[in-house]
This record gives sequence, structure tokens and C-alpha cells, in this order.
Amino acid sequence: MFVLQNDTMKAILLFIAGLMMASLLKGQVLVKGTVKDQKGRILAGANIVIKDSYDGTLTDSTGSFSFKTTEKGKVILVVSNIGFKTLEQGVDLGKDSLVLLFTLKEEISELKAVIITAGSYEASDKKKGTVLKALDIATTAGANADISATIQTLPGAQKVGEQEGLFIRGGSAEEAKIIIDGTVVNNFFYSSVPGIAQRGRFSPFLFNGTVFSSGGYSALYGQALSSVLNLESLDIPEKSEIQLGLSPLFASVGLQQVANNKKSSYGFSYNWTNLTVYQKLVPQAPDFFKVPDFHTADANYRFKTRKNGVFKIYAYYNSGSLGVRNPSLDSLGLWNAFQLNNQNLFTNLSFRQFLGNGWKLNLAGSISYNKDQIASQVQNQQYLSVPQTQIPVIDQASFNNHATQWMFQLRAVAEKRFGSINTLRFGAEVWNNQDSARFQSILGLYPSLVKDRYTAGFAEADLYITNELAFRPGVRLEYSSLLNKVNIAPRAALSYKLSKNSQVSADYGIFYQTPERRYLINQPSVNFLRADHYILTYQHISSSYTFRAQAFYKDYISLLKTSSGFPVSVNNNGYGYAKGIELFWRDRKTFKNLDYWISYSYLDTKREYNNYPAFVQPGFAATHSGSVVLKKFWVKNMFGVNWSYNWSTGRPYFNPNRSPKEFLTDKTIAYSTNNFSLNWLPKIGKANAVVVLGVNNVFNERQIFGYNYSSRVRDADGLLIRSEINPPASRSFFLGIFLSWGVDRTQQNINSNL
Amino acid sequence: MKKILSLIALFFVLALNAQTKYESAMQNGFAKLKESKGAEDFQALGAYYERIAEAEKTQWLPYYYAARHYTIAAFMNPAADKDKAATKVAELIAKAEAIESSNAEIYCLKQQTAVMQLVVDPMSRWQTYGAQASEAIAKAKQLEPGNPRPYLLEGQYLMNVPEAFGGGKAVAKKLFEKSLELFASFKPLTALHPNWGKEQAEQLLAACQ
Repeated sequence: MFVLQNDTMKAILLFIAGLMMASLLKGQVLVKGTVKDQKGRILAGANIVIKDSYDGTLTDSTGSFSFKTTEKGKVILVVSNIGFKTLEQGVDLGKDSLVLLFTLKEEISELKAVIITAGSYEASDKKKGTVLKALDIATTAGANADISATIQTLPGAQKVGEQEGLFIRGGSAEEAKIIIDGTVVNNFFYSSVPGIAQRGRFSPFLFNGTVFSSGGYSALYGQALSSVLNLESLDIPEKSEIQLGLSPLFASVGLQQVANNKKSSYGFSYNWTNLTVYQKLVPQAPDFFKVPDFHTADANYRFKTRKNGVFKIYAYYNSGSLGVRNPSLDSLGLWNAFQLNNQNLFTNLSFRQFLGNGWKLNLAGSISYNKDQIASQVQNQQYLSVPQTQIPVIDQASFNNHATQWMFQLRAVAEKRFGSINTLRFGAEVWNNQDSARFQSILGLYPSLVKDRYTAGFAEADLYITNELAFRPGVRLEYSSLLNKVNIAPRAALSYKLSKNSQVSADYGIFYQTPERRYLINQPSVNFLRADHYILTYQHISSSYTFRAQAFYKDYISLLKTSSGFPVSVNNNGYGYAKGIELFWRDRKTFKNLDYWISYSYLDTKREYNNYPAFVQPGFAATHSGSVVLKKFWVKNMFGVNWSYNWSTGRPYFNPNRSPKEFLTDKTIAYSTNNFSLNWLPKIGKANAVVVLGVNNVFNERQIFGYNYSSRVRDADGLLIRSEINPPASRSFFLGIFLSWGVDRTQQNINSNL
Repeated sequence: MKKILSLIALFFVLALNAQTKYESAMQNGFAKLKESKGAEDFQALGAYYERIAEAEKTQWLPYYYAARHYTIAAFMNPAADKDKAATKVAELIAKAEAIESSNAEIYCLKQQTAVMQLVVDPMSRWQTYGAQASEAIAKAKQLEPGNPRPYLLEGQYLMNVPEAFGGGKAVAKKLFEKSLELFASFKPLTALHPNWGKEQAEQLLAACQ
């Protein structure tokens, strides 16, 4: 064996020891200090790194840090924290430890900045302001998965039992607009039937976001004195599926096919609604001599472009008919029969594309068509048409009206981001409307045709002065060819953040609307209707609860006034106001698996418009209204119970027995209803099932929405006789089973691997 | 003899020292992991690996461990903003994928990120994130059929999914068994490659009995 000499050995050992010292005990320097923000608040969890080295650390809960490094000489320290601008600072590492103080500047970012609400209830998952999602709508008792019925449980929106539509803060149904992907939907609800409120046509599951504004909405939209309901359709779905729905009321089938690369999808569905079985089970007060029968088909195609653009096309077609008969109040023993045939088409095309450099383009177009064929007939006991009676009110109650509406829209909006989140949006839109009708009665045939081309240009900016303070100025310029008038509508919103979760905001805006076109035949001098909004909002939104308080004042500067007599002439002399306070509370966390919300609205409104002979509270406005909505879900059993309570004080109704001075001074009884629903989500075979059972007005509370008066038959006291307007059945029921088979390869994989 | 022993010892020290700075830093992280207890420790460990990752830039494993420990930290802290954490983790995953594409371990991370976002609001997020989670697992299994971790993670996820949705203990149990079967023969590529989960699988299997 080779043995080393002692000296050599020592030398080697020394050399090795030296190497070890150098490598293992390299001089370490202590770096310590604190990280704060501009206001001197400590920042915990901030990241401190020596650039291009492994050395660094995080700050602790007191904002201080300390670490040892073997790096030497000039290095760069990188200090970062989410929501702050990253700081880089050169330091010279010598032998002595360093004590450093870093101050990070806050970054204006979406995560932290105040939310510009413009009076709206955001309901997409994107923002914290989430209030209503599709599932919320489907599980609200009493709403039967109808979007507008759920919105009626929010403050500001009123329930008007005898008529469909959104009645917002003292505004009529015509004063609110509903928008899908940027285009207005003229016939969002099924066609009106006297005294029976109709549902919305579209399922909440078509949309991923529901943004409901109860006033003071963005300059991007117009033509609504009250508000807009903005629905944003889904992009490419997650997976392919086949759907089947069964109920005593309807049957539906649907298919949604997603391409393997998830870049495109198509789908279609068909629904047949027929109330024959339901009406046998639940007797209806009016005589439905033609049972409501509807066929609906829709189709969609969507694809993703490069750079995350999305192109979507959606087409909807519905055809329906119904006939309903009520006793005539003008001649006892006779009947008023109302029959409706409706055809409706809505197609929407939208395209969204990022253009780079902070630019984004939104294009949208739509074609919609609606045809109502209404036949109203006075019938005898044998339900046969009555010959002329020479009594005008009776003879005039028999008429035919064929009304057709066409609408074409085009819209382009460009968006540019500056800095981090400051945004400028501008664009233009054109709506072409054409309404034609043929009204025929004993008075003769009245054909009519109204055309209007509405053009608008708009611009709006989101300006974040700091994370706490944001300002949104906007302006809209509108022209209507029918009125031959131009208007300029400024809008402004100012929001200030009080704390992490709470903020106050003030909104102002002028809102114009073209009067209903049916009033505008040969009326050259009419101008836009106008309402000015002033809104103050306080809101506290955290992941577990939402509280919101709003106060508003709305000044109706111009409303339509119609003359009595025939032909009707119209002017802009109508006016009015609305003011009120609204409260909203939603809590999802306090009680396990229990989600509930409470809303209350106080409304003080008066107007003189249409044929009103006085300045009064309109028939569609209740002074106090409120809702409580409860949802309890047992995840283990996939079972949910939902309950809702809606209440409002009585609404004024027209009583012709009173003098014009006492117009609308009578009020109905208060409205109150308790609704209940169950949903159960079992797995039936390979299908995911949803079983829904709903009962509206569980306690059979008496509901009177108003009265119909005779125009000639009087009772013993000499008063005109009347009948109540009630719901068609005082208690209504819903039962449905929805099955979906996800054509989901991953699930098959799991099973085949076991 | 004494001299020879010291020489051997010295040689050993030298050999250790010869191990690259990167490798020893990674190993050091494994040692730190053993001492990590609370969410803060895991957050710090995530930051530690992120520093290594950003200094190296060509290694996917430090990105992997950074993402993994940030995910654990977010799961451990009930007050953590899970969406914010998921955004951060997704950035790290993207960087790891840019270096090492189509790796089963990275798909496992993706599943955990999806589950993390799912638990924020299971009722309404189930359709989106539930699908993402099962998709990521399916992909992981396809890429590396012999890897036990996809089965472990899938079992852990399905254990908490109601039976009505294809979850439950019975389903999870089979997955843990399958995972343990694979663990018996699983060998990581290097000492630095992921090699965790066996004890977890044993504990979870016990919880299913």
C-alpha cells in the first residue's frame, strides 16, 4: 500500500481544509429590514430576493425580514408583493450586515380598485359584486327558473302580477330594456295576454352573467328611462352533453357538442310546452278554450379565434297559441274570448377580439321578428260569435289585430386600456325598426306602418385616480329618424372606496327614450322622453356577505301625454318623479349551506302621463315592497329546499265610479305570497339528474292585482260592476326532471382504469 | 488507519461539496419540508423554490415545487384568497410547462389548482372546475400510467364528492389501493424528482375503511 509522507499528508490536509473553509464557510452577510407601503402600513408576505441567486425570504407578520447570504459585491434586491409595483434596488454586500427599509407603491389593479357600479348588480363570476348566477335563478322558490321573476326579488324591481316586464323604480314595463350580448331583445317575454303575466323566453342557463342595473346605467346603452338588464351568453361550454327535460308542462331535448380541441362548439334544442295535463290537474279560473301550446327551437354555434377572440351565433324560434275566455262585464251572459297566435324569431351574432396593444373590439348584430295574431270576440252562452248588438262597447270588443315587428341591429364597440386598468370605450349602433299592423273592428280596418331608424354614438372612460377613487364619465348621442330629433345624454359615476370591502358611489345621468312607436303615427312634433337619475350607493361586499343601501331621485322631465278622443294626438307634456330607498342583504356563510337574501324598497312616485287626468301614483307602483329568499342545500344528499316570501303594499287601481279628481285613489289589498321549492340532484344511471318540485303561494293567500270594470252595467247602488284580476290559479305547481348525459371521456377513463 | 479514515471522511465531504449548488439547494428544500408545519412555512418554502426557479430558469422542478408548496399553503389557510393563489400557481405551472411539456406531475398540479378554485363555491363552480380537475387527472394517467400520484389525488378529490356525483369513500378506496400498488414499484427519475404521497395514500386508505 502506498503510504504518504507525514509532511505531504499535512500539506494535503491543510489544502483540503482550506478548500472546505472557502466553500462551506464562505463569509455570510445578514440582510434584514422591513417592508411597508406608501402609507407606512407593514406588508406581510412580501418577497425579497437577490436577483439571480437562491437567497431571499418572505416578510413575517410584522413586515420584517432577515436572511443570510453568501453573495458578495454589487447585487440587485428584488422586492415584490401582489398588488404592488415590484421594486429593484442595487446594494453592495460587504462584511457588515445590512438593515434596509423598502417602501412599495400600490399598483392600481382590478383586484384592489374600487368597483364602478353605475347602479348595477353585477352577477357574473368575474367580479366580487356577484349577486345572481344561473343556479341562483333556478333555485329561487316562486321564480320557476324565470330570470325576470328572480330579479323581482331584488330591490328596485317590482312585482306586477297581471303583466310581464320589468317595472323598475316607478317606471313602466316599456321603460326598461333587456339586452343579450349587446343587442336589444324586443320581445323578451311571451306575448301579452290580458290579466296574465307571461314568462321570459330565455333560460338562465344560456347566460354566464346577469348584470341588472336599477338605474344610472352606462352610456354604452340607451333607450330606457328606467334601466337595462344586460345578459351575456356563455362562451364555449366545458363539455359535450345531451339534455332531456320532462314535466307535466313540457318536454325538451337538447344537444351540445364541443370539439375535441375546445375551440368550437355547436348545439340545438327543442321544447314543446303544452298545458293540457297541467290544467286538468290544477283547475284554472279563466276558461282556456285553447290550451297554451308552444314550440321552441334554438341553435348555437361558437368558435374561438386566435388571440382569444370568440365568435358566437344564436338563433331562437318560437311559435305558440292560446285562447282564454272570461265573462263579459258589459253584457251579462256573454263572454269575451281572446285568442293569440304568436311567432317569434331572434338571432344574434357577436364577435369579440383582442387586437393587441390594449385594444379590444366587440361587434354584434341581430335580426328579430315577431308576429302576433290576436282575435278578440264577444261570444254567447254557446261560445258562438254574437251578431251586432248596436251597443258600441260590446260591438267594439270584437276585433282582429295582426301586428308584425321587424328589427335589425348593428353595433360596434372598441375598448382601449391605458396603463393598468384605465379604460376608454367608444362605439356606435344602428337599430332599424319596422312595425306594421292591421286592426279590424266594427269601426273599420286600420292598417298602420311605422318605421324608425335609431342611430347612436357613445363614449365612456373608466378613470382610476387612485385605487380608492374612480370616475366614469360618459356621453351618448342619439338620433331617431321617426322623431327627426337628436339628443345628447351625459352620464357620470364616481366611486370611492372606504375600506377593503366597502365603498360609496354617486351616479348621475340623463336618459332618453323614443316613445312607443304605436303612438307616433303621423305625429310630427313629438320629442324623446327624458328622465334624469341621481343615485347614492353604499355597499359592503365580501366573499361571505353583501350589503347594499341605495337612495335615488328620478326626475321625469318629459313623458308622453295622449289626448282623449279619436284620433289620438300626443305631446311631451307628461312629467313625474320617483324617489326612494332600497336595502339589500345577502349572506352565504353565517349558516352552513344556507344562502339567503332580504330586500326592501321604499318608493314614492307620481306622474302625469298617457291619458291620466291627474298627477298621481301610477297603477304599477307599490310604496313598500320586500322579499326574503332562502336556500338550504345538503351537499351530502344533493338535496335542496328553497323558500321565498314576497310582499308589497297595495297598488292604485282605476275606478270609473270615481270622478277624474279621484283618479287612481283606490288601492288593492297588499300582496303577499310564500313560495316553496325542492331540488334534488341524484344520479340516475349514467345521467346527472335534477328534479324540481315547486309550489307557488303555498298558503293560498288571496291575491288581487286590480279590477276590471264594466263600462255600462251598474249594480243596485248605481255603481259600475267589476271583477277582480287574480292569478289564473291561486296556487300553482311545477314538477320537472332534467337529465343530462355528459359525453365526458374522462369519466369513461376513470371507470376503465379501475 | 486513522489517516485513511480521515481521508475517506474528507473525500466524502469533498464529494458532497462537489454536488452542484442547484442540487444541494433542492435537497435543502426537502429538509426544510420535513420541518414545515403551518401555512406560513409552506408559503416560505414555495418562495424558496421560486427563488431557485427564477435564478436557474432552465429547470422545471423548482417551479414544480414552488407551485406545489404554494398550493398546500393556500389549502391550509382558510382565509387565503384561493383565486389569487391559483393565479400565482398557474403562472408557475406555465413556466414549468415551457421547459418540460407533457409531464404527468405537472398535470397533477393542474388538478390541485382546479380543486382549489372549486372549493371556493362548489355549487356553482362544480361544472367548470370539477371538469378541469378530472380532465387534468385523465391526462396525467395517460402520460404516465405507472405514476401513483394521479390516482392518489383523484381519490382524495372523489372522497369529498357526493356519491350522487360519482364520488364517495367506496370509489376513493379503489383509487388509493391502485395508487399504493403503483407506489410499490415506482422509482423517481432522479433524487430531485417528485417522490411524495405514499404515506398520504396509506392514511387516506385507512380513513376509507
